[in-house]
Amino acid sequence: MTKLQTAITTANAKRERELITPEGLALPLRIASRGSRALALLLDLFFLFVGFLVFILCLGLIGLNLGSIEGIGRTPAGELVGIVVILAVFFSRYGYFLWFELGARGATPGKRLLGMRVAARGGQRLTTEMVIARNLMRDVEVFIPAFFLMGNGFDAGLTGAAAFVWLAVFVLFPFCNRDALRAGDLVAGTFVVETRRAKLQDAISLAPDHSQTYRFGEAELAVYGEHELQVLEGVLRTGDEQAMQDVAEAICRKIGWDIGSGDEREFLTTFYAALRAHLESGMRFGKRKKDKFS
Amino acid sequence: MALDYLRKIPWFRQAEIAPSAEIEAASLRSDRFRLEREVDWQRLERIVTALEKGRPKRITDDDLLDLPVLYRKAASSLAVARETSLDAAAIAYLDALVRRAWFQIYGPRETLTGWLRGFLGGGWSRAVRTIWLDICIALFFMVAGTAVGWLLVSREPDWFYALVPGAMSDGREPGADPEVLRQSLEPTANADGLSVFATYLFSNNTGVAILAFALGFAFGIPTLLLLISNMALLGAMLFVFAEAGLGYEFVAWLSVHGTTELGAILLAGAAGIHVGRSMAFPGQRSVLAAAQNAGVRAAQVMAGATIMLVVAGLLEGFVRQLVGEPSARLAIGGAMLAFWCLYFAGMRRRQDRAA
Repeated sequence: MTKLQTAITTANAKRERELITPEGLALPLRIASRGSRALALLLDLFFLFVGFLVFILCLGLIGLNLGSIEGIGRTPAGELVGIVVILAVFFSRYGYFLWFELGARGATPGKRLLGMRVAARGGQRLTTEMVIARNLMRDVEVFIPAFFLMGNGFDAGLTGAAAFVWLAVFVLFPFCNRDALRAGDLVAGTFVVETRRAKLQDAISLAPDHSQTYRFGEAELAVYGEHELQVLEGVLRTGDEQAMQDVAEAICRKIGWDIGSGDEREFLTTFYAALRAHLESGMRFGKRKKDKFS
Repeated sequence: MALDYLRKIPWFRQAEIAPSAEIEAASLRSDRFRLEREVDWQRLERIVTALEKGRPKRITDDDLLDLPVLYRKAASSLAVARETSLDAAAIAYLDALVRRAWFQIYGPRETLTGWLRGFLGGGWSRAVRTIWLDICIALFFMVAGTAVGWLLVSREPDWFYALVPGAMSDGREPGADPEVLRQSLEPTANADGLSVFATYLFSNNTGVAILAFALGFAFGIPTLLLLISNMALLGAMLFVFAEAGLGYEFVAWLSVHGTTELGAILLAGAAGIHVGRSMAFPGQRSVLAAAQNAGVRAAQVMAGATIMLVVAGLLEGFVRQLVGEPSARLAIGGAMLAFWCLYFAGMRRRQDRAA
């Protein structure tokens, strides 16, 4: 493994958490990374922005111009549009995130696209109050700093600097704790976790049986452990010819065989099935072999 | 058969598929284990996907009845597979499946309307009663802020310009002509354009209330500052009108929506203080647990404060501009105040009464 891979693996291991279900089963959960959460927020803001653009264009198409605010409020139709616009701004600021996070997926469209959802810390049930609390805090964390920046609020000398420090506390909050909690998560008792979906892949050990061609003995199967089995499974699923050839050669060197070439897939599949049977029978007696060194 | 009825109970229902030739042929025990159960796993996955998409109507009655059993079966399969199988693909699949199913089965049980019913029917008032101490603190600082505003302007009128932003005073300043001040309290002739104004006020005031809550995160101090500064503005205004001999009219004018709006700001500030206070003094609990406990309770109070601000916006935009008589205004304001006090004190859930 290269240094980069090692770094990624350790960083991922730090984000692993466990959830104990009421059945007493430990489910692995992975905290969503800070980067993907920031990206999800940007995506959501982008969706809101596009939504507004479409809304204003539609109003323009039916002949209403928002530029002439004075016109609004004179006529009943203009008055209605005025109310709708103000309410739309209000609900996109406070309601969008609330509505989507209360849904069955527990995620806004941005979070969903990046494979994340909101969950209650410590395996509790996610309640409506939690989602409300975490989204009310969003106001000071996202919208007020944004308006401040757009309004050049930081130019105002000492007050501007104080406001900057104050808002930076909120923006930098997720970097100061292990669970990447933002202030809203802390207050609501929630965190954001990854939701990986997995498809059920076929079992490799069900491939046509060649155990008559290749027979492996106890000594030959004892050299490898579970880690090597999983690496082998990965190689077989990828199906790269060159990699299979390399792996087959490595195994043959180790167990002192010579299989020639052209038949690597059958050899590896059979070896995989035999090794799995061997390791699983050990498991049934409580003996687990983690890797070739143990 | 005497035991036939057992088959109707999902727990005892047999697997629908007979062991196929494929299962018989599988050489590994773990593969047989998997092949026997994967039909159930995939059935659970279909149900969970429908739930996630928000289309529970697509699930048949049979599927829905079997859902808890399918979930427990998948969870138990996962536990067994972890100890007996080295089929990484199947374990990864089960991990993801059980997690998704867990989120659906142990997820939020209420709909938004159901939550709202419970909320208005007792949840809100109970949360408000629970934070009574914080309400007292917030009320104290609001009264103190008003007094400070009044005293500052009465000693040195220049303070008025520091406290009240120029755009807001609109000619209402110390030493102004009483006639101008009286004009600003008059109702407008008709209601045109008032609904836009009311909506704007609501959106604006809710922003302030949410800010008051969210700032409570920093141990409540910014919330107190926000309350004092807003109320000092009110105190300054009050002095200006009282000086011109219009104190009674001003209070009446303010009370129409003010009792509701100031009540909402009081609740929002108290919610912020509640969070801040729990984080500063968590007691026996960890800071995280204390903040969460307080945050969830404060969120209920805040959701209610938003409703109060809708009412306040309507009162301010319509009623205040249409009703001109000070005594009538005062009566409306007083009635609203009495209504809120009675609601918070008296609205209890049935189980609360029983307990």
